[in-house]
Amino acid sequence: MFKIVRREEMAGGTVILNEIEAPKIAGREKPGQFVLLKANEDGERVPLTMAETDPEKGTITIIYMVVGRTTALFKSLQVGDGFQDVIGPLGKATHIEKIGKVVCVGGGTGTAVLHPITRAMKEIGNHVITILGARNKDLLILEDLMRKVSDDFYITTDDGSYGRHGLVTDQLKDILDREDIKQVVAIGPVPMMKFVSLLTKKYNVPTLVSLNPIMVDGTGMCGCCRVTVGDKTRFACVDGPEFDGHQVDYDELMMRLQSYREEEKVSYDKHCRMNG
Amino acid sequence: MTTTKKNRKKPVPRQPMPEQKPEIRRRNFKEVPEGYTVELAQAEASRCLQCRKPGCVAGCPVGIDIPGFINLVTEGDFTGAIRNLWGKNAFPAVCGRVCPQEIQCEGKCIVGKKGDPVAIGNLERFCADYEREFGSGELPPTSSTTGKKVAVVGSGPSGLTVAGDLIVKGHDVTVFEAFHKPGGVLVYGIPEFRLPKSIVAQEVHFLERLGVKVECNAVVGRSVSVDDLFEEGYDAVYIGVGAGLPRFMNLPGENQIGILSANEYLTRANLMKAYKFPAVDTPIPIGKNVVVLGAGNVAMDSARTAMRLGADRVRIVYRRSREEMPARTAEIHHAAEEGIEFELLTNPVKYIGNDKGRLTGMVCLRMELGEPDDSGRRRPIPIEGSEFEIEADLCIVAVGSGANPLLTESTADIKLNRWGYIITDPKTGKTSKKGVWAGGDIVTGAATVILAMGAGRMAANSIHDYLTWGW
Ligand SMILES: Cc1cc2nc3c(=O)[nH]c(=O)nc-3n(C[C@H](O)[C@H](O)[C@H](O)COP(=O)(O)OP(=O)(O)OC[C@H]3O[C@@H](n4cnc5c(N)ncnc54)[C@H](O)[C@@H]3O)c2cc1C
Ligand SMILES: Cc1cc2nc3c(=O)[nH]c(=O)nc-3n(C[C@H](O)[C@H](O)[C@H](O)COP(=O)(O)OP(=O)(O)OC[C@H]3O[C@@H](n4cnc5c(N)ncnc54)[C@H](O)[C@@H]3O)c2cc1C
Ligand code: SF4
Ligand code: SF4
Ligand code: FES
Repeated sequence: MFKIVRREEMAGGTVILNEIEAPKIAGREKPGQFVLLKANEDGERVPLTMAETDPEKGTITIIYMVVGRTTALFKSLQVGDGFQDVIGPLGKATHIEKIGKVVCVGGGTGTAVLHPITRAMKEIGNHVITILGARNKDLLILEDLMRKVSDDFYITTDDGSYGRHGLVTDQLKDILDREDIKQVVAIGPVPMMKFVSLLTKKYNVPTLVSLNPIMVDGTGMCGCCRVTVGDKTRFACVDGPEFDGHQVDYDELMMRLQSYREEEKVSYDKHCRMNG
Repeated sequence: MTTTKKNRKKPVPRQPMPEQKPEIRRRNFKEVPEGYTVELAQAEASRCLQCRKPGCVAGCPVGIDIPGFINLVTEGDFTGAIRNLWGKNAFPAVCGRVCPQEIQCEGKCIVGKKGDPVAIGNLERFCADYEREFGSGELPPTSSTTGKKVAVVGSGPSGLTVAGDLIVKGHDVTVFEAFHKPGGVLVYGIPEFRLPKSIVAQEVHFLERLGVKVECNAVVGRSVSVDDLFEEGYDAVYIGVGAGLPRFMNLPGENQIGILSANEYLTRANLMKAYKFPAVDTPIPIGKNVVVLGAGNVAMDSARTAMRLGADRVRIVYRRSREEMPARTAEIHHAAEEGIEFELLTNPVKYIGNDKGRLTGMVCLRMELGEPDDSGRRRPIPIEGSEFEIEADLCIVAVGSGANPLLTESTADIKLNRWGYIITDPKTGKTSKKGVWAGGDIVTGAATVILAMGAGRMAANSIHDYLTWGW
């Protein structure tokens, strides 16, 4: 069993942080990699990115949004409880290099995925500009951590309850207009990554996105996670999860994320009935 | 040889194994053949002529002493029979169920020249099942510990064979498995109705009782590398990671919802038990009109699973004819009995979907057979203008698999052939990297359980020599 040693709730309980004992994974993880977790015998295998690792303590930290049956089940686990299976590190690590000015754009729980990448970008000597977006102030996560690893820092909210009133792309456009940006990293909801990529394409700025298709094994043996990138089918679990944002077929990804909509509803309703 | 004479006078027909009726079993996941009773097994065993130069043994890739074990069944010494089987085959309960006997042992049985061959597979299964149910569970003797450590990567039939062989020789063996459950294709691929998962679990448990350590969730190449294993103190590494890369057709529309690789479909159904959804959390698409592409064992398993999950119609679409279908005869027969339809000499050219990106059908072409190709089978040629549409809301692609580069990419000094399979010495299973052996599907490409086990046994012998003598 992989024991939970720390648990926090964020964004009004819609986002949960778990620090988990996984010594073998903690020592090997690189920014951008993920794990698959399964809570119990009958559980589903679900991918989550490692937001943080502590090789000395032998722990990894995941931060996830509660969106359905499995994440709701994970939410019910307390300190001292554990996951039956944690598999990883999986996926390719982010290619981090010193190139100059970099913009990191995070939306929703994508910010958790973005944090280790942002930190590595900064540590290697880049000038890091961060933009975090959320629907409203209460849904914003990891503000302090992200501020710490950024040279410039911006927040946008859809309703204007905090930071700039607008979308991350509004802020990004201003920055692209006035600065020489070498790279953009955008991680968040698929539509956000799509619109960031459309924008940066106009400015010809290389853009990295992290894709989140549905996965089963995470080792390249099922093809469930297939995405179209530059007219080629790629398996996100082994070829990604990060890809050139300008090449990704986002509409197909959004469509494929709907594969199990009916089943997810059945499963979530059952969960709610059983847990009140 | 008195039995022989008696048999010649009054021939006993091949004893069929009792099985669930097609109309019942097509909607449940219980095992189809129910096994021999002692009486049936002995009646069947009595059909063996105890040949001096048995063709059957030559037909078995691991050379099981078939007349020997069958004779023990005739005598009622079932413990002796299973001991005899174990001499060549660590998992007779599995092979008895899944070997393509018709082209191996039974295909070479002399009795089969004039009538039905001796049901060697059924008898093998009987001995193993009898032992499981009534045996003492006594462990075989193991040699004293050698202090040598062996890492086995992959817990399919070949890896488990290596583990079993080396543990009894006194080595310290750890199996690393990427999935959360050991067994390889035996647990994620072959369905419950053909090979109950409890049997595989029991075989693994047996190895654990012998001292084999099984470490699941260990993706070698990601969680740990082959070089790390040597650094951690392992003296030898066996790679038996199978041929798990799914092949697709690369036709337009293939990424629509409702098109799955057989690997995904079967993994959801078997390993994740999605056929019990929503009692378990992993979903599986339920098709009304299901099309399965391909005609091997994987295709039959997919089609029969789809039928069990409640499909109205399941069609196997295959570009050659029935003679060329690579699946075991028994599987094709069972599938047909369960109402699976065969759309032969047919090749899909395009998937069709609705505005939600969900599959609604496919466009296919009729084929005819031309001259034999490299594989010796007659090449299918499209008939011009023969396009037609079939309705489908679920398509399972079972057109073969390739080598997964996950491990080999991370270990540059293991030589691969041009398809990405590991090159090994055919006599020992040694790879180009010192201290590393490989076998099973990752060397041969998708093959059979018994060949994977045979490769494991050969490598285990070589590993033992290496650990003992240094060569
Ligand atoms: C490589 C990778 C890394 C990820 N990292 C994180 C992370 O750090 N934090 C985090 O909160 N989430 C992350 N995700 C997404 C996370 O895996 C899903 O939110 C989770 O699987 C949902 O499971 P569920 O059973 O709770 O919801 P379900 O009931 O399965 O789904 C509920 C709703 O969520 C959507 N959904 C389903 N699967 C996914 C998915 N894989 N991604 C996004 N939406 C989905 C569906 O549209 C559905 O309507 C990651 C996904 C991938 C592939
Ligand atoms: C659906 C299906 C039906 C079949 N039916 C039959 C049949 O009826 N009769 C027959 O003889 N054969 C059949 N076969 C073929 C047979 O199952 C295979 O030939 C055999 O299982 C190969 O054994 P293996 O040990 O080489 O590999 P596998 O059984 O493929 O096992 C490999 C194991 O290694 C693990 N692994 C992979 N990569 C890594 C890694 N990097 N680190 C750690 N672990 C890893 C995998 O998860 C897997 O558990 C069938 C195959 C399938 C898919
Ligand atoms: S192992 Fe397979 S081929 Fe050999 S005797 Fe048994 S069933 Fe026949
Ligand atoms: S060839 Fe047939 S009859 Fe002869 S020993 Fe083998 S099983 Fe018995
Ligand atoms: S999750 Fe199965 S191939 Fe990526």
